[in-house]
Amino acid sequence: MTVTPGWYMALAAVLFVIGASGLLLRRNALVMFMSVELMLNAANLSFVAAGRELGILDGQVAVFFVMVVAAAEVVVGLAIIVTVFRRRATASVDELSELKG
Amino acid sequence: MVELVLFIIFALAALLGAVTTVWARNPVYSALGLMLTLFSVAVFYVSSGAHFVAAVQVIVYAGAVMTLFLFVIMLVGVDRAEVRRENLPVQRPVALGLLALFGAGVLVAGRFVWVTGPAGGAGLEGTVENVGGELFRRWVLPFELTALLLIIAAVGTIALGLFRRGEEPAEEGEEAP
Repeated sequence: MTVTPGWYMALAAVLFVIGASGLLLRRNALVMFMSVELMLNAANLSFVAAGRELGILDGQVAVFFVMVVAAAEVVVGLAIIVTVFRRRATASVDELSELKG
Repeated sequence: MVELVLFIIFALAALLGAVTTVWARNPVYSALGLMLTLFSVAVFYVSSGAHFVAAVQVIVYAGAVMTLFLFVIMLVGVDRAEVRRENLPVQRPVALGLLALFGAGVLVAGRFVWVTGPAGGAGLEGTVENVGGELFRRWVLPFELTALLLIIAAVGTIALGLFRRGEEPAEEGEEAP
């Protein structure tokens, strides 16, 4: 019994859904951010699995670029969270409701 | 056989880490769970022959990104318990229903064969040489654009951290606050 790329795809799908649930159900901005990272990693895993199925390296190159974008996103996002925390002393997204109509 | 055993062990570890990330009340536990998942994904990269990507995963994600997360968690503080009250009454059931539907849809779609065409690739291992050659030949323009993206992110972060509201940007040569 060998591990086919489909198994990796299924695992990536489950990880993605868990990450999406964290994004939808949690109210702590930091945990929501970590859920986004989880979803990105699930997508990366499916990239590598598909690239291995086709015998090409494009999947790994795509993963490299996704990692760069994710690193930039984390840096800016965490800076925003720290800035919000300095002004409001909270990390909960429910308390940031100034723009409410 | 080795790959099967590795897959089972680290798939369980990845799922455990992911559930911990979402479920833990303490953000530090969330970060540790996410780290477990990232390491497990790195193991999957190794067993898929993507050695370079696995190294980058451990260094960049499990090293740099998670350190940044832990710093910010310590800065923001973990002493206050998160309020679990939901302001929108339908949010949780609707979200769970949609997620179950989405997960089932993805798993059903995974039963079909989507990747078609001849496996015409050379079947190269993802070593530093091979991935580097690919990056600097076919993808050299996107690669240079990532440098621009990282510079923009760094400048934006410094600007966010340096200037506060109602404060003029520091003059040239003046000591930053």
